[in-house]
Amino acid sequence: MSLTAATPARAAGRTLAWRKPAAVVLRYALLILILVFALFPFVWTLAIALTDKTAGTSIYAFPQSLFPARVTIHNFVDVFRSFALGKALWNSVVITGLTVAGTLLISALAAYPLARFRFPGRGLIFGAILATLVLPSETTFIVNTLTLKKLGLLGTHWGVVIPTIAGAFGIFLMRQAFVSVPVALLEAARLDGASELTILTRIMLPLTKPSLAALGIFTTVTTWNAYFWPMLVLSGAPDKAPLAVAVLKLKGQFNYDPFNIAAGAIIMMLPVLIVFLAAQRLFLRGMEGAVK
Amino acid sequence: MRVPWRTTLLSYTFLAPALILLAVFTFYPLLYGSYLGFTEYNGARFAQGLDPRWVGTANFEKLLADPLFLTALKNSVKYLLVVPALQLAALAVAVLVNKQLPGMAIFRAGYYVPVVTSVSLAAVMWEWVFNREGTLNWLLRSLGLTSPEAQFGWLNSEAWAFWAVMLVTFWRGFGYYMVLYLAGLQTIPEELEEAAVLDGASAWQRFWKITVPLMRPTILLCTLLSTIAALRVLEEVLVLTNGGPLNSTYTALMYVYAKAFQGFDFDYGLASAAGLVVAAVALILSFVNFKLFNRPEEDQA
Repeated sequence: MSLTAATPARAAGRTLAWRKPAAVVLRYALLILILVFALFPFVWTLAIALTDKTAGTSIYAFPQSLFPARVTIHNFVDVFRSFALGKALWNSVVITGLTVAGTLLISALAAYPLARFRFPGRGLIFGAILATLVLPSETTFIVNTLTLKKLGLLGTHWGVVIPTIAGAFGIFLMRQAFVSVPVALLEAARLDGASELTILTRIMLPLTKPSLAALGIFTTVTTWNAYFWPMLVLSGAPDKAPLAVAVLKLKGQFNYDPFNIAAGAIIMMLPVLIVFLAAQRLFLRGMEGAVK
Repeated sequence: MRVPWRTTLLSYTFLAPALILLAVFTFYPLLYGSYLGFTEYNGARFAQGLDPRWVGTANFEKLLADPLFLTALKNSVKYLLVVPALQLAALAVAVLVNKQLPGMAIFRAGYYVPVVTSVSLAAVMWEWVFNREGTLNWLLRSLGLTSPEAQFGWLNSEAWAFWAVMLVTFWRGFGYYMVLYLAGLQTIPEELEEAAVLDGASAWQRFWKITVPLMRPTILLCTLLSTIAALRVLEEVLVLTNGGPLNSTYTALMYVYAKAFQGFDFDYGLASAAGLVVAAVALILSFVNFKLFNRPEEDQA
């Protein structure tokens, strides 16, 4: 293996105990074992989704089912046709799109005065927003459902979206980004007669693109994957359910077809996986930033 | 210094959308939900437009007399066993991937993939693993630990479903805490490690004498987060077992959800009261966590 072959050269410079070849091999063996644990369900699901079910193989014929004899994309077509998964996919796109747009807009608007102005009540408001991060929220979903019912929003996409778009995380993240923009830049713009809204849209937002992107990605992944809240709000309107809810309904179907479910699962996972892999550095660094 | 009224007006205009939404969907439900815990309020009253009726601690008395709630609470506390497993594994794995060796970026990213997976997908995929014919049984059989006759569906087993659900929580969580620990590890000066190596300290000694003490703030944060998350576990249970078999995986928040939205008459009052009990336990556990991990330095000597 190339990994082990490279080690003696690396170890030559230093004589630290953990650089010894045996230790390195052990380390990699352990890491690969954990990687199998982390990724095995995905790999298996992908294999099942690509298996030609007319060949008559069982998904449980392990380990053969990990290596499909006849590969096909028929399951993907099938799941779209027979389970109306296209509708669920569209619902996911609408809910996620509205949530991301709403979160970015609300967070940026709220964060600007919190970062840039001194006004009566600022400390109180900022404190109250941060407090929502730790306040016990066990009963909020009950009351929010009742509120949505009174507003006539239960069973609608707006009902899923609106309660989630104003959050402490987004406001706090954008405030931190705005604080780091040099004051001189804003003062120059004000001298030129720019309004505060112009400053926000023309100076602040372009300069804080990385933070906006990070917030957008985080919100996309969380909203796309959310199960409990959309399930609750849309329990009376199954045709409006996003993929995260619809996929489980597939599983509950009487004539349940594991090949189609696997295909549905892959369709659901793909967008998030692409977003995650493309923005991985941002993602992992964003997480690390949370403790620094 | 006086603040120009225009600045104040402008600030509040910008803040208005967020404040209105937070007031309606965060602060109001927190207060009103707490109030509901002390009232009689159900689906029928709501439908008739009747207001909640104050009943004092009646809901809490009902909870204490309900064996299902006591089971749920017991299961939620038992679920906390995932916390030490999760934290030790995450910290150990973080130490493993923290070294500058080729391929570490792949491992870090790979371990994080379960974190960005929906609980629905986890349910679909893990059900196949836990199935009677699934891969877990295949693995145990291949290792010679079980015989083909002794196989069962893990999620249908009263004795094992609880641990199976916990394994999924573990799987979805360890990458998240690993990344937080990685951030903490990066603040440990490398010279410290190297000096310890020169002094002949083993990897094990370095882990317990250098890494763990220096990482105490991160460990506190992660344990706190994971304790609260474990106490509030709901989605995994909902999608994997729906509380069964025989309530063996029924958790406290599952009870809150079920009382409020399942059955013939929704009991918002009782559900809210149960939510308050969970919140109180969460607060107490956070406090204990804090006391446990945030000891002042001199105690360590």
